Amino acid sequence: MKILMSAAAALLAGAVAANAEGELQLFNWGDYTSPELLEKFENETGIKVTVSDYDSNDTALAKVEAGGGGYDLVVPSANYVQIYVEKGLIQELDLSRLPNHSNIAAEWLDVPWDPGRKYTIPWQWGSVGIAVNSDTYSGDINTSAMFLDPPEELVGKINVAPEMNDVMSLALMYVGGEACSEDTEVLKKARDVLMAAKPKWQSMDYGATPKLASNDMLASVYWNGAVFRARLENDKVKFGYPKEGFPLWMDSVAMLSDAKNVDEAYAFLNFIMEPENAGLISAFARYANGIEGSEEFMPADMETAPEIVIPDEYKSAGKFLPTCSPKALEYYTAIWTELRK
Amino acid sequence: MTIVSDRAFSVSRLPGFATIAVTVLVMLYLPIVLLVLFAFNAGPSPAIWEGFSLHWFPRAWANEQVKEATIRSLVIATSAAIISTSVAVLAALGTTRRRKSPGQTFVYLMINQPLMVPEIVTAVALLILFGFIKVATGYQGLGYLILAHSAFCIPFAYLPIRARLEGMDITLEIAAADLYATPWQAFRHVTLPMLMPAVAAGFMLAFITSLDDVIISLFVKSAGQDTLPTYMLGQIRRNMTVEVNAISTLLIGLTVILLTAFFLLTRERNRPQK
Amino acid sequence: MSSAAEIAAERKERRRSWLLSAPALFVLLFAASGPLLIILVYSFLPPGKYGNVEWGFSLDAWVGILYSRDIFDGTYKLADAHLTIFWRSLKLSLYTTLFTFLVGFPTAWFIATRSAQMRAVLLFLITIPFWTNLLVRTFAINQLIRNEGVVNTFLIWTGVIDTPIQIVYTDFAVFLGMTYVYLPLMVLPLYATIDRFDMRLLEAGCDLYASRWQVLRHVIVPVVKPGIIAGSILVFIPSLGAYVTPRILGGGRNMMIGNFIDLQFGAGRNWPLGAALSVTLLLAVAVALFVYVRYATRDDNRV
Repeated sequence: MKILMSAAAALLAGAVAANAEGELQLFNWGDYTSPELLEKFENETGIKVTVSDYDSNDTALAKVEAGGGGYDLVVPSANYVQIYVEKGLIQELDLSRLPNHSNIAAEWLDVPWDPGRKYTIPWQWGSVGIAVNSDTYSGDINTSAMFLDPPEELVGKINVAPEMNDVMSLALMYVGGEACSEDTEVLKKARDVLMAAKPKWQSMDYGATPKLASNDMLASVYWNGAVFRARLENDKVKFGYPKEGFPLWMDSVAMLSDAKNVDEAYAFLNFIMEPENAGLISAFARYANGIEGSEEFMPADMETAPEIVIPDEYKSAGKFLPTCSPKALEYYTAIWTELRK
Repeated sequence: MTIVSDRAFSVSRLPGFATIAVTVLVMLYLPIVLLVLFAFNAGPSPAIWEGFSLHWFPRAWANEQVKEATIRSLVIATSAAIISTSVAVLAALGTTRRRKSPGQTFVYLMINQPLMVPEIVTAVALLILFGFIKVATGYQGLGYLILAHSAFCIPFAYLPIRARLEGMDITLEIAAADLYATPWQAFRHVTLPMLMPAVAAGFMLAFITSLDDVIISLFVKSAGQDTLPTYMLGQIRRNMTVEVNAISTLLIGLTVILLTAFFLLTRERNRPQK
Repeated sequence: MSSAAEIAAERKERRRSWLLSAPALFVLLFAASGPLLIILVYSFLPPGKYGNVEWGFSLDAWVGILYSRDIFDGTYKLADAHLTIFWRSLKLSLYTTLFTFLVGFPTAWFIATRSAQMRAVLLFLITIPFWTNLLVRTFAINQLIRNEGVVNTFLIWTGVIDTPIQIVYTDFAVFLGMTYVYLPLMVLPLYATIDRFDMRLLEAGCDLYASRWQVLRHVIVPVVKPGIIAGSILVFIPSLGAYVTPRILGGGRNMMIGNFIDLQFGAGRNWPLGAALSVTLLLAVAVALFVYVRYATRDDNRV
C-alpha cells in the first residue's frame, strides 16, 4: 500500500512540476489561434503557449470571474473590455515593456473601449453577417431577414451562433432600433421577431466553419473570417451583410490581474504586434487585424475577399457594439433565456 | 434448464424476440464498427470511403494537444485508480463479513452515492468548491482532477472487491489467527493474496471510469488541463475530422483490452468456488 | 463469555470498521457528497452581475425555477422557457426508458435462453459498449445521422432521397442517442433476473393451457419485475441528467436540464439559478430512487 501511495504522490508531483516556467496560458476563442504563430513564438523565445478555448464572451467572462482558472491572457470583444476593467479582472499594461506598441494602426489606437490601448492589444476585427449556401438560396442575402424571416428554401436549415450580443443587436437593428436599446417598444418587437423565427432555425451552435464547408449546414449567422475559411473549401458559401445593420467587433488581448506568467505574457503581447506575426494571425483565422503593415504578410486573397472588404453600399450599416447598460443587459438576458429554451 | 425451456417454451414462441435481439446487437455495434472503419479511411471524410490508410493515427499522435491530453488522461486515471482502489479495499474490509448496523448502511450509501447523483450536479458543486480553494491557495495543478476522479471511481473499485470478500472462505484466516498470526500478518499473507484478482478488477474498472469521464473534468479543469475526452468534445463540436475517429478507435481498443483482462480475472476467481 | 467483554469486543470491531472506512469517506465527503451542500447554499444567494454570487439572502433562484418576471410589465408568470426544458427532459427520458425496455427485454430474454457458452459471449458483447466512452458512442451516432453522415450519404447514393434528411439537431436525435448509449444499462439487470428465472414455471403455465401472452403477463413479468425496475431506474436517472448526448446531438437548440444548468454557469451568468436547478434535479432523482427502493424491498419481502 505504501508503494501505491508513494507512486500516486510521485505522479501528483510530476503533474504539478509540468506546470512550471517558460509557459504561457492563453485563453482564446476556439479555432482562432494560429498554430504557426505559436510555433514561431516558441522557437524565438522558448516559451510554450497553451491555448484553452471558449465559445462566447459570456463563458469566458464567467470562467475568469470564477477565479483560479490559471489563465494569463484573455481575448475579449470590444464591448466586454470595460467590464473586465471595472471588475479589476485585467491589469493595466506597462507600455514601456511593449516597444512594438507603436505598430498599432492609428485608427485602432484611441478606441472608445480602451483609449490609448493601455489595457488591450489588437488581435483581430471583423463583422457578423449571414453565410448562405448559394445552391440552396440564390436571392439577395444582404439582409437579416435571412434568419429573422427566412425564405422558404432556408426554413429549418439555418444555424444561429448563440452569441447573445450579436444576435440581439442584429434583431434590434432589423426592427429599426439600435444595439443596447432600452426602448421597450423596440425590445418587444425584437423579441417577437426572434421568437417567431426560432422554430425556423436548425440549430444554435458554434463550430459552423467545417459544417458550412461540408454542407452539414446550409446557412448560418456567423463571423466573416470563419465564413471566409468555409468558402475556401466550398465556393458555394456566400457571406451577406445585413443592410438593416450588422455588428462590427474587435477582439483584443488583455492580461489578467492574477496572471502568473507576466514576463511571458509581455513577450507574447509584444510579439503579436510585429507586423509579420500579426499577418500570421490573420492568415490563419482570416480576419483583419489592427497592426500597421501586416497586410504584406497575409495571403493575397485577403485583399479582395468579399468577406473582408465590406461593399461600399453596406459600409454605413456596420456598427461597433457599445457596452450595454445593466438595464439593457437585463432585457437582453430575459429575451435570450426565452429564446434558448 | 435450457433444454427444458427450449422444448416447453422456446424463444421462437415469443414472436419476434430473436429478431429484435439480433437487431439490437447489430445496431449496438454498427455505429462503433463504422467509426472504427473510417478511422482507417485514406480520405478526409468520416462518411465517404476513399481507401485504406493508417495515416490518421500518426497524424493524431503528432498533434501536440492530443499527445498532452492523452498523457494527462493516463496520469489522472492511474492516480485516481490507485487512490480509489486503496481506499476501497480498506472500506470493503471495514464493511463486509460483520453484523449489519446502521453505520454500515450509511457507509454503503455514501460509497455508492456517486452512482446516484447526476454527474452534472457533482460537476457544478466541484466547480464552486474548487474555485474557492484555487483562489485561496493559488494551487491549480492536476490534484483537483485526480481527487474528483478518485471520488467517483470509488464505487467501481469497491463493488468487485466487496463481492469477492463476501464470497471468500473465512476458515483460512481463522486458521492463521489460531497459528498466532497478527491481524496484519493474516491480512498480508492470507486475505490479500486471495483478494488480489478482485483488487485488480476494481482497479481496472476505476481506470476505465476515470478515462471516460467528460462532465466532471470539463468543470474542474484549469487552464491547459484538457483530458482526452474534453479535448474530443471540443473537436467534435468544431472540426469533425477523421482524427477524432482515430483517437476514438484507440480508446475503444484500450477498453476492450482492459475488459478482456477483467473477465479473465473474474473467471479465475469463480473457478475454485464451483 | 461475559456480556461486558462481548460489548467491548463489539465496540472495538465497530471502531475498526469506521477506521477502515474513513479514508474512502474522507475522499467522498470532500469531492462528492460534501460539495452538494455548497450548491444548496448557493441556491439561496443573489447572483453576481457577471456570474458568480454576491453574499446575501435571496429566494430569487427558487422562484425563478417556475416563475419569471415579465421584463416589460413586471408581472410574474410561469417560466415558460424553464417548463419547456423540464418537459423535454422528462419526456425524452421516459421515451428512452420505455424504448430501451421494449427492445431490451427481448434481447435479455434471448441471451438468457442461449447455451451457457453463447450466453457468456453475448453478455460480453453487451458489456463492451457499456464500458466504451460515452463521448465516443455519441460521436459514433453523430457520424451516422448527420447530414453528410453515413446514413444520408448512403441513401443519396442509392437514390432513395436526393436531399439529406435532417435528423441531427432534433429532439429525435437526442432520443436516439440516449437510447443507444443507455441500452446496456437496461439489458444487463433484465438479464440478471431472467437468468435466475425458473423456466419450469413456464412449463406449468403452458400445461395449464395459458396463452403465450397470458404466460408473459402473469408468469414472466411478475418474476422479472425487480429487473425491470432496476433497468428503468438505471436508464431514467442518467437520461434525466444527460449532458453530453444533448450537447452533441441537440445543437444548442434542444437543451435538456443538464445543458440548461451548464448554461447558467457560463453564458447565462446566473449561478444561483443553476444551483437551484441542480438541487431540483437531485430531488427528482431522489424521488425516483425512493420509489425504486420501495418497490424493490417490497418484492424482496414477498420472495
